[in-house]
Amino acid sequence: MNRNHRMCSGLLMVVIMSTIILAGCKSGGNKAPKEDLTVEVPKDNATVYEDIKQAERIFNALPSPLESAMLIKSAGARFDESLLNPVGSVNKYVTNKSMALNLGIYTCDLSFASLYEQTQLIIDYMNAAKKMADGLGILKAIEQSTIDRLEENINNSEVIMEIVSETFMNSNSYLEDNGQPAIAAMTLVGGWFEGLYISTQLVDMKEFNGNKLVGRIIDQKLSIDILISLLESSKGDPAVDELIGQVNKLKVVFDKIKITTSPVRPEFDQSSNTTVLKSEVQTDMTPEVFLELSKTVGEIRNSFVK
Amino acid sequence: MRLLKILPILALFLLASANADAQCKAFAKKVCLPELASYTHDGNYHAAVLVEGEEAELYKTFYSDMDYRIAICGEDKLPNIEFRIMDANKNVLYSNKEHDYAKTWDFKLQSSQQLKLIVKVSSFNQAGDTPASGCVSIMFGFKMKK
Repeated sequence: MNRNHRMCSGLLMVVIMSTIILAGCKSGGNKAPKEDLTVEVPKDNATVYEDIKQAERIFNALPSPLESAMLIKSAGARFDESLLNPVGSVNKYVTNKSMALNLGIYTCDLSFASLYEQTQLIIDYMNAAKKMADGLGILKAIEQSTIDRLEENINNSEVIMEIVSETFMNSNSYLEDNGQPAIAAMTLVGGWFEGLYISTQLVDMKEFNGNKLVGRIIDQKLSIDILISLLESSKGDPAVDELIGQVNKLKVVFDKIKITTSPVRPEFDQSSNTTVLKSEVQTDMTPEVFLELSKTVGEIRNSFVK
Repeated sequence: MRLLKILPILALFLLASANADAQCKAFAKKVCLPELASYTHDGNYHAAVLVEGEEAELYKTFYSDMDYRIAICGEDKLPNIEFRIMDANKNVLYSNKEHDYAKTWDFKLQSSQQLKLIVKVSSFNQAGDTPASGCVSIMFGFKMKK
């Protein structure tokens, strides 16, 4: 009886340990801060279930570099190569932080070049992103075969976007799976800032009112708390702490913009088999606040690429 | 001495965890990615090993000029995966439970919104059994509005 009891307890311990390990942060997402990490041996499965239920997982999803670039294009913006981080800068980035930020930045630039069918730039920026991924030790994120495939399909924008999406997923899944969520977060932050930087630089102040791109920039206020939350899940890492300080400065400016949204009404459109989320929004960004935002974004982005 | 007995077990489970993560990525790519069909995958990776009854939350901003598809997939060994989409005021905008646990949802927005996605692995309701666990992957696809 005692032996059986010990075996059962041991087995239960193993199950609990495996659950805790398997449910750990390595597999993506962040643990909710409320979770108590103290390990106790519960008496029965019901208690195990209760503990699991409390172990909520939180994902903070920033727009990916590809989505950021797509948003710029959908706003009707023009392509301007001078706004991209030059590929010649790749050798400047030797720390994990600078490589992670610039992996995101180069991936955003690559996406931007892809959407505007800048064939030579696509290859150049894929190589720059590869250099950053290699530097971070991300295995098989961007292989030579990927570059070859890109070259073979250089005039097929659909395949190019597929490749860009795939390489970015390879990088961030590798980082998440290998216990490097801080690096994964910094990559996303780099891409997000690059998209915002390019957008702010492309706004023509003579056409400020009613400018679609300005609307897109205002929309980024909706992501600032997600960004902070993403970084705070790796708080304590000096590189991340520095970024939190910079993002908080940007938040101060974003907080000057008011966004008022009416309640969302889902309506199903049978012809397209799609739900339309209807709502009206009002915003109030002045040109002065925009210039302040643009300056702050520029300063932060330039600190990433220097 | 006791520690010496526990350490190999711990090492074994760390290895199992790494393996589970790699399997999750393969699952996300092979099973969930095709669910996006003609939508372009945004490139972000959200996958985790979840256990029966466990919930995950995801926060994301969606933009007005895009058409979106959300795909949520769970391994076959898991019970149904429920997901709900809520707005900032916690109003439920969609629940796949009312659509026979559909894996995908297509939508577009009149104005950009931050939405909350709640994913829950339902339960087999078999008391006393070891809870089932497996990969759950969340993917977003988009295309420019026509």
